[in-house]
Amino acid sequence: MQSDATTVVLHPMRAPPADLRPLPAAQFDVAAARHLLARAGFGGTHAQAEALARMGLDAAVDLLVKYGTQPAKPISPDDFDRTLVPLLTQEERQQLQRARRDRDEEAVERLERKENQSRANDRRQLGDIKKWWLARMIESARPLEEKMTLFWHGHFATGARTVEDSWAMFQQNNLFRAHATGSFATLVLGVIRDPGMLKYLDNDDSRKGRPNENLARELLELFILGEGSGYTEADIKEGARALTGYTFRDEDFVFRQENHDGGPKTIFGKRGNWNGDDFARMAMEKPACSEFICGKLYRFFVNDAPESDLPADQRSARRAAVRDLAALMRNQQYEMAPVLGRLFRSAHFYDPSNRGALIKSPVQLVVQTVRQLGTPVRNLGSLSAACDLMGQDLFQPPNVKGWDGGRSWINTSTLFVRQNLAIYLLTGRRPDMYDWENDAERFDAAGLAGGARDPQETVDRLLQLALAVPARPERRRELTEFAATRSDPSDRALSTLALITALPEYQLT
Amino acid sequence: MHEPNAYSRRIFIRQGVMLASFAASLPHFLQESAVGMLAADGASVGNRPGVPDERILVVVQLSGGNDGLNCLVPYGDREYHAARPNLALGEPGKPKNGGAALELDAALGLGLHPNLTGLKELHDSGNLCVVPGVGYPNPNRSHFASMDIWQTGRPDGKGTGWLGRYVDAACNGNPQADMAVAVGRTAPPALMGATAKPVAFESPELFRWLGSDKGAMDAEYQRMVRAGALPGVEPGSQESFLMRTALDAQVTSDRIRAAVRKQPLVSYPGSALAKQLQTVAAMIRDGMKTRVYYVSMGGFDTHANQPNQHGNLMRQFGDAMLAFQKDLKAQGNDGRVVTMCFSEFGRRVKQNASNGTDHGTAGPVFLVGPRVQAGIRGKHPSLTDLDGGDLKFVTDFRGVYQELLGKWMRAPTEKVLGGKYAAPALLA
Repeated sequence: MQSDATTVVLHPMRAPPADLRPLPAAQFDVAAARHLLARAGFGGTHAQAEALARMGLDAAVDLLVKYGTQPAKPISPDDFDRTLVPLLTQEERQQLQRARRDRDEEAVERLERKENQSRANDRRQLGDIKKWWLARMIESARPLEEKMTLFWHGHFATGARTVEDSWAMFQQNNLFRAHATGSFATLVLGVIRDPGMLKYLDNDDSRKGRPNENLARELLELFILGEGSGYTEADIKEGARALTGYTFRDEDFVFRQENHDGGPKTIFGKRGNWNGDDFARMAMEKPACSEFICGKLYRFFVNDAPESDLPADQRSARRAAVRDLAALMRNQQYEMAPVLGRLFRSAHFYDPSNRGALIKSPVQLVVQTVRQLGTPVRNLGSLSAACDLMGQDLFQPPNVKGWDGGRSWINTSTLFVRQNLAIYLLTGRRPDMYDWENDAERFDAAGLAGGARDPQETVDRLLQLALAVPARPERRRELTEFAATRSDPSDRALSTLALITALPEYQLT
Repeated sequence: MHEPNAYSRRIFIRQGVMLASFAASLPHFLQESAVGMLAADGASVGNRPGVPDERILVVVQLSGGNDGLNCLVPYGDREYHAARPNLALGEPGKPKNGGAALELDAALGLGLHPNLTGLKELHDSGNLCVVPGVGYPNPNRSHFASMDIWQTGRPDGKGTGWLGRYVDAACNGNPQADMAVAVGRTAPPALMGATAKPVAFESPELFRWLGSDKGAMDAEYQRMVRAGALPGVEPGSQESFLMRTALDAQVTSDRIRAAVRKQPLVSYPGSALAKQLQTVAAMIRDGMKTRVYYVSMGGFDTHANQPNQHGNLMRQFGDAMLAFQKDLKAQGNDGRVVTMCFSEFGRRVKQNASNGTDHGTAGPVFLVGPRVQAGIRGKHPSLTDLDGGDLKFVTDFRGVYQELLGKWMRAPTEKVLGGKYAAPALLA
């Protein structure tokens, strides 16, 4: 079933194919290309969607998934300051202890001031890192690289407020990017060596004789297998012993043999002198791992409507698709690029029931509005503040489970902020009292309606560009009536677009 | 703005015609309350949203760690004066370090910070319940971690909020959009339930679409959003969910902005807390069926040069509370409302080298309203039997929650709090 902006589906949707057979090449039209761009990235302009459609399905998917062919924005360790944490040198810390003991108030005050200053600098740097990442998402020629980095950030959720080290967050972000579509297994081994994660889940405090179970538990429950999927409390306890000694120093992983419990452990019924890598590998060998990861990928890339709200045939088609993805992930030795490539080629992915079936995350909303409509970027700090207001503070997921996503993004409060964020991007006008920066750059939306001859055509082009679901006839009619009252083409396009971005449907992609 | 007939008219239509498309064009919460009312006709449902005798809980969060010992002042304890040579306040009538405590209980030697004249007046009129030394085992001295513990009502600080769980339980999984309202930039985790999501707004004027104030564009916006779920949109689909939430948002926004338009019955001071409470009072006066309101005030992290800073905070806090209570009384709503004030922790017993205090543990909780057990409820923690220089808590904060949820809100406390806790009786 083909859809374009002006047809309306008035009957219940049929279920999508229950497997990952490819979309017939002829069906990869501009609307399909737009869908691919939005999902495998953050959306694109009409011209970009047309270009992808002309390339054909295979080349288009390769362009996005095998992004090594596309120019990378370079990242240098010098982009940010690695030395802000620890806040005081070891020497200064000793001085402070001495000064406190000797009641040398002047020295105490001086050192505490320095500590507070360093902390403030570190928080400022975290703000800069948020802006830096948002800018990458907006500008990258490899959108899937950034999108998967965001996926892994939500999956291996780590909160900057606990880590209290902006450079560690930057370093972790680069870890996710380096393995964005590579091997999940390699990524996991990187994660259990990542200073930010080790700090966040207290593994730096875990040693032989008094293991901390936090990291072992979350590895099984949230990172590799999913809650209750084929492990026991005993596996967690033994896994925690295996992970002892995995810690960091000066922003780098170190394995402290003296803190490691090298004794025999029984994990998943197998006995041996397992270390943390063994523990992670043994967990990843379970089929539940690929099912768990692919289920999450599916909700991130394909459809995040609650299963309970789906008709039975759509639900079973979804489960079948996830099973196929998981089998492919295992066949590909956990390489993610082939899994994503198969998904983005599948007829299932392009099925009408899966178009406009995702609720944009706050980051997706911001970045996609810029990339798809071509608005000015405005102020990156304001965009990052807006993401926070909408419930997605980068580097600060609500807890180790990450963001729940889907409908949990939406409530009466965040919906208004979403609408007003779009107004801000379109006009540069900061809503009073939001902590955002006004921006004077004018956005000429007339180009988006490119050569439309009448209000109807203007509205149709804008709807087609901005909405992921077919526009309802009521919307089309009302917007056209409204557009007819505006004679200046630029004003007409901009005010119509402002109304379209305020539509509930605009929150879908 | 409140239309008593609107519900019954809608129910009539629902009962009589049961048009699916009509249900789809109702905001979620109107539909849910209509369902609730329908059930009430047959079965007996205790909670009738919109019925004016509904009880209301207002939470005032004092962020940053309010110095409990200079708020509820143990002026009669020598240790207090010894531990805080530059901060300890004098006994009533004998100013010291800038002030003399206001008498609460001479026998116990407890008073209020001299700037808490507002709370003193509430105390004298029998509207103030003071619970000293409220905390929890294994205290966490991180602002965030301790606030998470208070807000979730769980020792690990993880999961849903205690008031969110209350709303979940009260609504049987069909949360209504404005059951819980927070006045603030973001919704506090305390109000987040499994299904309950609070309304949160910093100012009523921001709680709306700001694309255009008036004219054709605004009219167009209103038309499209108020349509709710359009015909042909599948119920349960993402589109349907969004269309209905957008309608919820618009109706709630209308309601709140209409509520705050009226002049309050009393005058409020100019502080941010007073403004928030004024907004809450306006919503209560307007008959909104919100059961839980949440406001907050920051700035309590007084590590250095505490006296002035803390004195200003106490002035703002006490005066705002008094104005709020006077307003509720003038409305005739004071009997429906209990207000709880807490902070994530108190501060060290000993002052520090910078004329301030560092992060501590237990602190006082205040309950306000004519229906509270007036006076000091529970013992004051010892200033000598300390845990690493910090107070040992006397009353578990979950015991306070239990009183509020069980005796005031008539909710199943064990379900919400996951256990039973000892606490003095706090409500009359």
